[in-house]
Amino acid sequence: MSLVSEERSARADQLSGFAGVEDYWALLKPRVMSLVVFTGLVGIVRAPGDIHPVIGFVALLCIAIGAGAAGALNMWYDADIDARMDRTRGRPIPAGRVEPGEAMVFGLFLSAASVIILGLMVGMLAGALLAFTIFFYAVVYSMWLKRATPQNIVIGGAAGALPPVIGWASVTGNVSLEPLLLFTLIFIWTPPHFWALALLKKRDYERAGVPMLPNVAGDDETRRQIWLYSLLLAPLGVAPFALGMTGWLYGAVSIALGVLFLVFAWQVYRKREGEPAERAAKHLFAYSILYLFLLFAVLLVEGMAR
Amino acid sequence: MNAMSDDKGVVLTEAQKKSRKRRSLAIALVLAFLCVLFYAVTIVKLGPSVMKKGDLPAITVLA
Repeated sequence: MSLVSEERSARADQLSGFAGVEDYWALLKPRVMSLVVFTGLVGIVRAPGDIHPVIGFVALLCIAIGAGAAGALNMWYDADIDARMDRTRGRPIPAGRVEPGEAMVFGLFLSAASVIILGLMVGMLAGALLAFTIFFYAVVYSMWLKRATPQNIVIGGAAGALPPVIGWASVTGNVSLEPLLLFTLIFIWTPPHFWALALLKKRDYERAGVPMLPNVAGDDETRRQIWLYSLLLAPLGVAPFALGMTGWLYGAVSIALGVLFLVFAWQVYRKREGEPAERAAKHLFAYSILYLFLLFAVLLVEGMAR
Repeated sequence: MNAMSDDKGVVLTEAQKKSRKRRSLAIALVLAFLCVLFYAVTIVKLGPSVMKKGDLPAITVLA
């Protein structure tokens, strides 16, 4: 048994029975869940056709619970990594407040419940897509890619990009070009977003033995790849407008936000030493969240105004 | 910490009891919410006519 897990078991013995409701809530990664709910809602609102508000609510709830369940399974499997990183050592399992087995059963139960309810009450395709998302995040990303390759978050990003597709499928029962475009947008957004964080948390990832790009290929190569993905992302953000799927508001906002994204990414590419480099990475990380939020907010507003 | 005693079994501390009570309450609330949700979805799926007696299929009693 490793030193970390010995420490954790000792703490677990002391804290056993003290897990609060908030610890189980934390297992669901509520901040990630809120982004998933938001992008899933955009998928529902943008889809052609009607959905009863109660059924729409059930779809969103299942997407949220399914994403949370995948988060709980990720925390169960990655408890050893989480215990070695400053950013994550306060999570319920490494802190000893929740037993790993409890988190696993909690995650499995919620996964099954969310997929079955979504499949039976909303639609089979939506249920199947949610099952695939959970499997991809918990098994393909957490158990395999994360510890195996610096491309972990690139491929694993597919799981985070699926919620708008699930939302769309909840209404229409199929998948078409627009939700696939939204999927691609989030998929291409993920690498520059996470690598900006990875530049800042390089030592954390090194200590945990996670092969993030800065640890494997170096900071300069990471900056180059952030820039390349940003060059792809900016026009991709405008694509829904260029293909006639959105109005002028989205067109104008996506162009402005895309240009700003390139400015922040260029700062990361150009500033390579000391405090300015760190600040540039921080700015890109924070802006990337705002970028995706604003793009989807405009999509939501335009979708509701139709 | 848990205190073991042969005649009393596992004796929980006050903090553990409080924690367990809060977890039980949360589970009860979730179950109540699910009951309401499943009821609402049933009504939405079947339509309000499920409430009307006249729309139910006739049951033939064989003597």
